[in-house]
Amino acid sequence: MTDIPATVLEPEAGPQPTAEERWRALKTVSPGDVVYRTVLTVFALLLPLVLVTIALELGVNAWPAVSKFGFGFLTHSTWDPVRGEFGALPLIVGTLYSSLVALVIAVPLALACAIFLTEFAPRWLRAPVATLIELLAAVPSVIYGLWGIFVLIPLLRDHFWPVARHALSWLPIFSGVFYGPSVLAGGVILSIMVLPYIAAVSREVLLAVPPSQREAGLALGATRWETVWTVILPYGRAGIIGAVILGLGRALGETMAVTMVIGNRHEVSASLLQPGYTIAAAIANEFSEAVSDMHLSALFLVGAVLFLITIVVNAVARVLVWRVARGSAVGSTAI
Amino acid sequence: MRGRTARRLVGSAMTGVTYGAAALAILPLAAILGMLILKGAGSVDWNFFTKSAVPVGEPGGGFAHAIVGTLIIVGLACAVGVPIGVATGIFLAEFGGGRFGFTIRFVADVLNGVPSIVIGIFAWTWLVKPMGHFSALAGGCALAVILVPILARTTEEMVRLVPNSLREAALALGYPRWRTSLQVVARTAGAGIVTGCLVAVARVAGETAPLLFTALGNEFFSTRLLGPMAALPLQVYVYAVGPYDEWHRQAWAGALVLIVLVLALSLVARAVVRAKRQHA
Amino acid sequence: MTKTFAALLAVATGAVLLAGSAAAQGSIRLTGAGATFPYPIYSKWMLEYHTQHPNVEINYQSIGSGGGIRQFTDHTVDFGASDGPMTDVQIQAVNGNVLHIPTVLGADVPTYNIPGVTQQLRFTGDVLAGIFLGQITKWNDSRITGINPGIPLPDQDIVVVHRSDGSGTTYIWTDYLTKVSPDWAQRVGKGTSVNWPVGLGGQGNPGVASTVKQTPGAIGYVELIYAVQNHIDYGLVRNKAGNYIQASLESATRAAAGAVATLDPNTDFRISITDPDGAQAYPIASFTWLLIPKEMSDATKARTLLEFVWWATHDGQQYNEGLSYARLPEPVVRLEEQRLKSVTVNGKPVLPANYGRGQRGR
Repeated sequence: MTDIPATVLEPEAGPQPTAEERWRALKTVSPGDVVYRTVLTVFALLLPLVLVTIALELGVNAWPAVSKFGFGFLTHSTWDPVRGEFGALPLIVGTLYSSLVALVIAVPLALACAIFLTEFAPRWLRAPVATLIELLAAVPSVIYGLWGIFVLIPLLRDHFWPVARHALSWLPIFSGVFYGPSVLAGGVILSIMVLPYIAAVSREVLLAVPPSQREAGLALGATRWETVWTVILPYGRAGIIGAVILGLGRALGETMAVTMVIGNRHEVSASLLQPGYTIAAAIANEFSEAVSDMHLSALFLVGAVLFLITIVVNAVARVLVWRVARGSAVGSTAI
Repeated sequence: MRGRTARRLVGSAMTGVTYGAAALAILPLAAILGMLILKGAGSVDWNFFTKSAVPVGEPGGGFAHAIVGTLIIVGLACAVGVPIGVATGIFLAEFGGGRFGFTIRFVADVLNGVPSIVIGIFAWTWLVKPMGHFSALAGGCALAVILVPILARTTEEMVRLVPNSLREAALALGYPRWRTSLQVVARTAGAGIVTGCLVAVARVAGETAPLLFTALGNEFFSTRLLGPMAALPLQVYVYAVGPYDEWHRQAWAGALVLIVLVLALSLVARAVVRAKRQHA
Repeated sequence: MTKTFAALLAVATGAVLLAGSAAAQGSIRLTGAGATFPYPIYSKWMLEYHTQHPNVEINYQSIGSGGGIRQFTDHTVDFGASDGPMTDVQIQAVNGNVLHIPTVLGADVPTYNIPGVTQQLRFTGDVLAGIFLGQITKWNDSRITGINPGIPLPDQDIVVVHRSDGSGTTYIWTDYLTKVSPDWAQRVGKGTSVNWPVGLGGQGNPGVASTVKQTPGAIGYVELIYAVQNHIDYGLVRNKAGNYIQASLESATRAAAGAVATLDPNTDFRISITDPDGAQAYPIASFTWLLIPKEMSDATKARTLLEFVWWATHDGQQYNEGLSYARLPEPVVRLEEQRLKSVTVNGKPVLPANYGRGQRGR
């Protein structure tokens, strides 16, 4: 996007009109505009249509489980397909926990990558490295899973943990015996998988920061790092939060790779070293072999829960972005 | 206030940290590719690309049916999903300021979080069951549902990055809004949108779960859109969990080809983007 | 943008045209789906059958037993397959229009990883149930050392590894434990997935095998085929007659023979053969079934399907050993012949009464 001419005189203070407001200010509307807008609207309407259908389908199929277990479904930990008793607490906790671990690892790394690619890397290195990082996103889930089993887990168990144990084992999140398949392994795999998404979007955001901002920072005598930290990152804050949310969305719904390394145990544990389970993994694992109708219904219900979690996460994210973006006039357009 | 040297030092240190981060980020890619080449390259030969599955124990089997199947199913997903995704994205960027735009954006993010197997079930309920049989078309539609929200959000972001000054310039030249939007804004954001398409295609090309209950898979070479069709990730998955060494070898080879396919797609598109930039 | 767009559309259109040009060549296509466990042999049969009958393409995909039963019920496939028999309720859902046809036998074996132990361990049903219930937690527990005299078992924690995905393998394993341990039957029961009291979940046979291999002190269960093909060591299990049996294709077939010796000739084949009679029978084995309709509407498809199933249960069995599947015992095949001949289209039998005469003894 380097060929876009920079607007030299960006208004520094006061709310900048959004694209839409500027559009609206235009009085002339041609018939073509009406057609254009209508066509786009119809396409856009397809998304809610699909979503509502999926939600209905989840709802209808989950209903037997809802009427049998009610609210207790969310608070119980027993998952017994034989007796038809289902509680989703371990799945919900595991889903959120592993995604959190993934973000804790991936966000700093991804941001550092984005900064590297836009600010510090020599020009000849930028395109190839950016390509390589983006290619990480292209690796199919199941291949990450295989790699996780054969490379990552032995690495964590035989090399990371024996060294880290002395420093970390007093922490409740690192308690217990470490067999390998665990929330930690799941989180690490997820972090690798969401990193390219966060890095790529953050990079686009940082690239969109006008050179004038950068130049202003440097002209005031800041070092390049200080310019990044005090000018460029705050400028792109909203966009970066958007990138993190994109990553979180990916992590929450990720299936195959996680199930191959997380240990798949229906149990709530604070320790990262213990096996856990995620909603998407449970659905993938049990859906095709579920024989009883209640089992199937319970799987649909956890699917619906994941659906709701996604909605809540997005709502929270939107409030956050809104808060962050409200104060600053710029950057909000990236979201 | 810190001294100048200290500030310089912090700057250098942080530069080093970003170098390290980039190296660390690329490391898994290298490790994964290395493993795939090590385990799979030996089994990628002429037969692999020209032959379909043969019974276990006989030599000379290949993945031709699965490779062609994946190309067709992903092609269908694009034919269905790309127009919807790009149009939705442009809509969000150009007209999505109000409550309706907010809703659509929200919907796209939620759709993005729906587990892919649930989308497979959705396609099964609405396409496979009414039609009475599994089909590549149903698989393509399932993948399209995954592709659209990703593409819509990326397109939106890319279109929004286009400076208003460009819009204003076009309008000042007497372009109507729709032409401005299509020819100036969308074109300027084109490179970004193509990248979005690639990310989305790369994501769906490797999906197994949504195809399980839609395209189903096929042992035989088939190009019938209304019949069951093989796909690379399905075949890789089935062979990977199977008990035979021969299948494991083929699974690794299939995984390697899948990655190379995605990689090649990505590189071709980059070339397109670059050419476009020089053009403009 | 427009160019790329056009290119994408061109690819899609090309795909559609390609598909259109490859018109059907008058071949008969059947689709089946279901159980994962017999997928390799089914795939072999269907490809072999295609080489012998080039106009027949029978496509089978492993989407899981539950999926197989559901697709069969919803008529999206021509036949289904399952590692566990359909329940009475499920059979009602198809108005009883289903036949269970056993095709091959599967068996589960206990596999373990104990540092310093290379000898083959012996297990009893009680001990396996105790371990998987979390009641036996150390490898040097007297209940294990008692049946393994002379093997130096260490004071090491037992790490149980089970399947995380729903699977026929789990069904066989828990079906066996349910039969031999009242405690297991009461607390856990049998199913394709159960509420495991202890342990880690591995994805598929490879997931269980690699977790066991990489975790000191681990014990898990995998399919016999998987263990044989991947050279995984496994333990002996004591059968009803009191003998410690090495799982093998022969001992699995003997399990079926032991179980069907007393079978009602009108059986619907929905029987469990775990913990069977027979001195040399391996106790953790099971049939896997094809699900076909009793009454069909399309005569051509019906004839093709039945001829194929007939072939699979007769000539097709010769491929079993090569892929490490156990053969059906002869008496079971005889009973199946009658069942296959009972299939009708519009009330008329599809196969002639003398079908298959002269093919015997191959």
